Amino acid sequence: MSNTQATAGIRETTEGPVYDVTGGDWDRIAEEIAKNDDERIIVNMGPQHPSTHGVLRLILEIDGETVTEARCGIGYLHTGIEKNLEYRTWTQGTTFVTRMDYLTPFFNEAAYCLAVERLLGIEDDVPDRANVIRVLMMELNRLSSHLVAIATGGMELGATTVMIFGFRDRELCLDLYELITGLRMNSAYIRPGGLSQDLPAGSVDAIREFVKKMRKNLVEYDKLCSGNPVFKARLKDIGHLDLSGCMALGITGPVLRSAGLPHDLRKAQPYCGYENYDFEVPTTDTADSYGRFLLRLEEMRESLRIIEQCVDRLEPGPVMVGDKKIAWPAQLALGPDGLGNSLDHIKNIMGTSMEALIHHFKLVTEGFRVPPGQAYAAVESPKGELGAHVVSDGGTRPYRVHFRDPSFTNLEAVAAMCEGGMVADVIVAVASIDPVMGGVDR
Amino acid sequence: MSAASGEPREDAPAEEPARRDEAGEAIAVRRGMFGANNGGDTTGYGGLVRTVRLPGPSERPYGGPRGRSGHGEFDEVADELEGALEEQGLAPAEVIEKTVVDRGEVTFHIARAHLPAVARTLRDDPALRFELCTGVSGVHFPGDAGRELHAVYHMRSLTHNRLIRLEVSAPDADPHVPSIVDVYPTNDWHEREVYDFFGLLFDGHPALTRIMMPDDWQGFPQRKDYPLGGIPVEYKGAQIPAPDQRRSYS
Repeated sequence: MSNTQATAGIRETTEGPVYDVTGGDWDRIAEEIAKNDDERIIVNMGPQHPSTHGVLRLILEIDGETVTEARCGIGYLHTGIEKNLEYRTWTQGTTFVTRMDYLTPFFNEAAYCLAVERLLGIEDDVPDRANVIRVLMMELNRLSSHLVAIATGGMELGATTVMIFGFRDRELCLDLYELITGLRMNSAYIRPGGLSQDLPAGSVDAIREFVKKMRKNLVEYDKLCSGNPVFKARLKDIGHLDLSGCMALGITGPVLRSAGLPHDLRKAQPYCGYENYDFEVPTTDTADSYGRFLLRLEEMRESLRIIEQCVDRLEPGPVMVGDKKIAWPAQLALGPDGLGNSLDHIKNIMGTSMEALIHHFKLVTEGFRVPPGQAYAAVESPKGELGAHVVSDGGTRPYRVHFRDPSFTNLEAVAAMCEGGMVADVIVAVASIDPVMGGVDR
Repeated sequence: MSAASGEPREDAPAEEPARRDEAGEAIAVRRGMFGANNGGDTTGYGGLVRTVRLPGPSERPYGGPRGRSGHGEFDEVADELEGALEEQGLAPAEVIEKTVVDRGEVTFHIARAHLPAVARTLRDDPALRFELCTGVSGVHFPGDAGRELHAVYHMRSLTHNRLIRLEVSAPDADPHVPSIVDVYPTNDWHEREVYDFFGLLFDGHPALTRIMMPDDWQGFPQRKDYPLGGIPVEYKGAQIPAPDQRRSYS
């Protein structure tokens, strides 16, 4: 077969022949490789590969169909968010961290804001209503993140129905985000001191409706996948990592719980009032991909339980700390040109009170100062322990923000999970880790 | 509080506010306002001087998390750690440079040479049992002479449900810190990340290479002297400077 791709081809190097594959030229490549009786091949999978959850690069040394060595190449989505944060105010920081792991925006915002609040010493001043809504949004987010994990994991196996179902149900979550925060993704909704705005009218009904619908829809994943012989055959005993392996590699989240340890920061070190909610931490002892799939389903059911309790616990009240030196001066409102400062507020600062205008201007452009020191706040994200190490030098901008993203740490397990297994199982193992490169590379 | 940290707040007269500028450890001095550091002072704020002071060392009892006072969890950890170090023939005062309790969190500042021993003790001692290391985070303090580069580790004990922080520092001139990958294999990538961004060399790391930036990248981007970069953009007819060129409040 003649080769029409510009980049495809075969080069001889000192390391051996290098085959560039761009798709459509498989026959020729296979023929060439068959001529070489060397069974040991190094396959570069990614960074642009539909099965690697974004721009993850896997470097696999394979012997026939067996993976003898697996290494990850990351950094293809490094955007310098941590550096950029040092040039914005503390409040603007939420708009950056929300983009880190773009499937878990509310967790990123919560970890960052909890750390900033600890530095400010206002942890206990955050109003109850803000905490309930934070929990509500985080649990909705846990659902949408797990749904994508299951959906993309299914797609990578060729189970496209699972993918369609997963994205269909995630859309319901995104609709709620849009209703509540104004944005489907990257909402910057949780702010130091509380929330950017209160729940809009009609959202409680929409959430109740959503819970009812999700209860019904979650059953479909059970019907489709749990116990399905083909699905089980692909997932069972794949990506095995036992408890000691998890501990050594710092693995948290569903992967750790699939090894049998019920470690969950929501129970161990409650934040945002998680100690007031009734929920279970599901575990399995299979330590494999199938167990992690079942765990994610179970965790989604628990999240629905928490969401229901949140809606019941909602009491009217403020959603931002009372301290006017920290709280954003304006209430947001939906105008004809989108979400912005409420008309009442604009009337006040432009027409009535010059002091209010000065205050608004100072707080928005300069921001508030945070006393010097450092804090570490961790939340249980759908992927594991998401920690924010925040350092202040007493200025109006963060001095240093470091995110301990669970995807980053969990990806270290790829070698332990994949080596000695089949090439096709690498996909399943990586999918069971559920890495999101936005969070890994930041 | 020790003499180094200035007047203890409790002894100050009740009507006089505590003097913030003398407590803690000075790490930098900021002058002026709005980032006008070179050329004549046109802002009128040129005389402004602010010393940046991080929380200084604490005295016993350390208390516990979330501001609990009296003999608490932090004292238990410190006692066990000191005891275990003594058993190994190490003088705790030499290993632990200072202990800082601030905002309900405890930080043990460790002399860098002793970090691997401390890490191993923290992991293996049954009374400590910090199984989970959440990695390392670098911080660059260019004004903290002789201790410019900090490596900050957060250790979590699942057995005892505790969280502590270790902090190690190295001078810019000798940016070396021992690696603890052989104690906590999870730190493999974390140490590579800190090396990549701060140029901190972790001695004993199995393969200390760049992880985020391209392999042939020059410089260490998260250092404070490394520019953010960016270009001015035009918005509604006005030139908006790049983020690191904008007015800042020092």
